[in-house]
Amino acid sequence: MKLYLLNMIQPVGDPPPPEVLEKVMADIFEIRRDLELEESWVFGHGLHGPEASTMVRLRDDEVIATDGPWAEGKEHIGGITIIQVEDLDAALKIAARFVKATGLPMEVRPFHGEV
Amino acid sequence: MIEEVFRAEHGRAVAVLVRAFGDIDVAEDAVQDAFAEAVRRWPVEGTPPSPAGWVITTARNKAIDRVRREAARAGKQAQAAMVDEGGPVEVGTVQDERLRLIFTCCHPALGLQARVALTLRLLGGLTTAEIARAFLVPEKTMAQRLVRAKGKIRDARIPYRVPEEGDLPGRLSGVLAVVYLVFNQGYGGRDELAAEAIRLGRVLHELMPDEPEVLGLLALMLLIESRKAARMVDGELVLLGEQDRGLWDRGLVREGQALVRRCLEIGRPGPYQIQAAVNAVHSAAATAGDTRWGQILRLYDQLMVVAPSPVVALNRAVAVAEVEGPGAALGLVDGLDLGRYHLFHAIRADLLRRLGRDEEAAEAYGRALERTDNPAEMTFLEKRLLSLRP
Repeated sequence: MKLYLLNMIQPVGDPPPPEVLEKVMADIFEIRRDLELEESWVFGHGLHGPEASTMVRLRDDEVIATDGPWAEGKEHIGGITIIQVEDLDAALKIAARFVKATGLPMEVRPFHGEV
Repeated sequence: MIEEVFRAEHGRAVAVLVRAFGDIDVAEDAVQDAFAEAVRRWPVEGTPPSPAGWVITTARNKAIDRVRREAARAGKQAQAAMVDEGGPVEVGTVQDERLRLIFTCCHPALGLQARVALTLRLLGGLTTAEIARAFLVPEKTMAQRLVRAKGKIRDARIPYRVPEEGDLPGRLSGVLAVVYLVFNQGYGGRDELAAEAIRLGRVLHELMPDEPEVLGLLALMLLIESRKAARMVDGELVLLGEQDRGLWDRGLVREGQALVRRCLEIGRPGPYQIQAAVNAVHSAAATAGDTRWGQILRLYDQLMVVAPSPVVALNRAVAVAEVEGPGAALGLVDGLDLGRYHLFHAIRADLLRRLGRDEEAAEAYGRALERTDNPAEMTFLEKRLLSLRP
């Protein structure tokens, strides 16, 4: 089995209205339940926006923490899911379900090694 | 002779070894090692009775040696012991794994250029240098492209598998697109690519004899290829209507037409089949004047339903010009957003010329000339432009 990280790519801006969001969340919940049943689910959660981020970096010998993301972008990672499946085709199928549910693009990225 | 055998057997041998060892690099290197051994031994010992079987057997043994060596170095004796030696391989008894390999090479998760390069390298057996030359890029660039593509197959674990029934149509059309792209590259004067595309088309046909679009693509390529000798005379492009039809390769025409007939029997039309049928209508006409344009127009109508695109609409307009006249066709062409495409301007120019609007035709030829760098096409367009000037 192989681990894949699914990054939901979200545009900067306000979230959709509640009635739309509710349906999306219900669909996502259903996908999660299916993945748990087939033992593909490892972890998944939505993320706060970059405005809630803090960057920690090394400056000379000193570690400093600063507000915000390292670069302003038009989109950011809105949530992550980690799945454990046989191969890329299986991962792409799951990503397709998320994309259909959210309407947002998704990056499918393999972890090193096997599990 | 040895080169020919390896070129022909490369795809089959690599496919079998990838299946057995689960690693493209191991498979490729092993086939390469087997080739080196053949170069050493065949001239002395004579060509083996079954060269294809010899290639797979030798390559497999080379791969086993390598895996054992690496396992021993890593202290994994148990793994080394698991590698099975086995006897000589007979080609007829070994499962043909090329279809898996084709679907891996043409996986949509790979970039289009990577798909083309991998397919030519692994299935076609072309060397990296040959592929680089065909696509006019430095060998180093092509080598990097191949390494990156193989790295992605390994790291993202792109499966080595024929897609499930439900995914097959979509994935198959991706494979066909790669083969047709190779063919069209060859159409631009690099003959070896057109020949290679046809060879790949034949392999696909052998592996999927009942897939109508596979038949359609092969038919399309054969029918276009049949006109090769007539299309280019003294480095100059000759349009279909003005070609010496005696130069057409009748054998290829017959083969292409037979495939088109088979498609009609299956009765599941698709874009390649319809384009092949258009070409079959051209091939059936003894002279340009005998061309059944009404039939061609109906096929383009069908193509506009199955796979509509501005380029298809442009080709349809050419048929309209023959059936209803250049005026009707010009109206259609002017409605297309294809200003960047040189053939759009060339076709417009021709229609304007036929309508006696020479000045506008000259302008359009000029715009077509600005948008192509193919020498044969440029000579053709310049000649047309000059013929307008009284």
